[in-house]
Amino acid sequence: MAIKIIKSFFKRILGSLFKSNKEIKLGFYGPPNAGKTSLANRICKDFTGEEIGTISKVPHETRKIQFKEKVEISYKGKKMVFKMIDTPGIATKIDYEEFLKYKMPKKEAKERAKEATQGVIESIKWLDDMDIVVVVLDGTENPYNQVNITIIGNLVARKIPVLIVANKVDLKKADIKKIEAAFPEYEVIGISAKFGDNLEEFYESIFKLSKKI
Amino acid sequence: MTDKKRGGKSLGQIKGFSIQFFPYSELRGLDSDGRIKKVLNIILDNNILILQGRLNPSEEARLIGDTMAMIGHVKNFRGIELAVISGGGRESILGKMAKGVANVLAGGDFSSITIIGPASIVKEMKRNPKKIELLLNR
Repeated sequence: MAIKIIKSFFKRILGSLFKSNKEIKLGFYGPPNAGKTSLANRICKDFTGEEIGTISKVPHETRKIQFKEKVEISYKGKKMVFKMIDTPGIATKIDYEEFLKYKMPKKEAKERAKEATQGVIESIKWLDDMDIVVVVLDGTENPYNQVNITIIGNLVARKIPVLIVANKVDLKKADIKKIEAAFPEYEVIGISAKFGDNLEEFYESIFKLSKKI
Repeated sequence: MTDKKRGGKSLGQIKGFSIQFFPYSELRGLDSDGRIKKVLNIILDNNILILQGRLNPSEEARLIGDTMAMIGHVKNFRGIELAVISGGGRESILGKMAKGVANVLAGGDFSSITIIGPASIVKEMKRNPKKIELLLNR
């Protein structure tokens, strides 16, 4: 028993000493087309000069997990190093016919749907590997989507700190209050990944959450 | 289901399906594998499932993953529509604790209702805190 206590004490001391140098795994989760890659791109571009992935109006543009390692974010004199993990949007259904509306050839649409289903499976598998997760929601959409609730429920069950971001607040239809009402137990930050609005508040929340790991 | 006329508007032809209601007792004795298998069997048989209670978050995620893996392998299967509605709403800490104790004693969350249907039948489930609206494909 005494050995266990001593071991745990040293583990905590050593852990806190090396914590500042550790790369924090920061995941971006959410439904398709909410702006996960746009937000990850904005952060990566600001701090590394490079983007993490491509964006598109066609849903399921991100169909594989994308990483950017050693992204050092500076905020108000503090610095933290993150491994950015951009995940494919989680959906409960994928129909290739949806992609045909964007004038995509049938063969390409079918291939995209196949890759998108794999992407959803990958995203779910990766939930266990995150240190912090930013759940990116489209501020113009109904937040009471079961996918959002399932993602957050799984993060809570795994004790992973969560930040909810309401993206697209630059659009008139955006309703951040509706998202706050849907998730009253969480901090919700309204941002525009497209224009970089309110990112200061976002970084502040991320730094705060990092202390909870 | 057959066409019906209401106010001169046709409801259109809806392909055959049934709605099955399951009390929580049907799932209580099953492990996660058994619960998911049971739900999948009902959905793959072109039924809409109304379940008293809910799956836990990891079961919900597994159900989504498993159904994704079936798209392209099961004919005409495009995934599912899923919605859960809880009776509680905003509750005080004491209320939550009381609910938690009640759920433990009862062996499940009875205050929730889960609706799951195949996307080939259910076009959309519109959910707000107080109701779930099912829009069906014609």
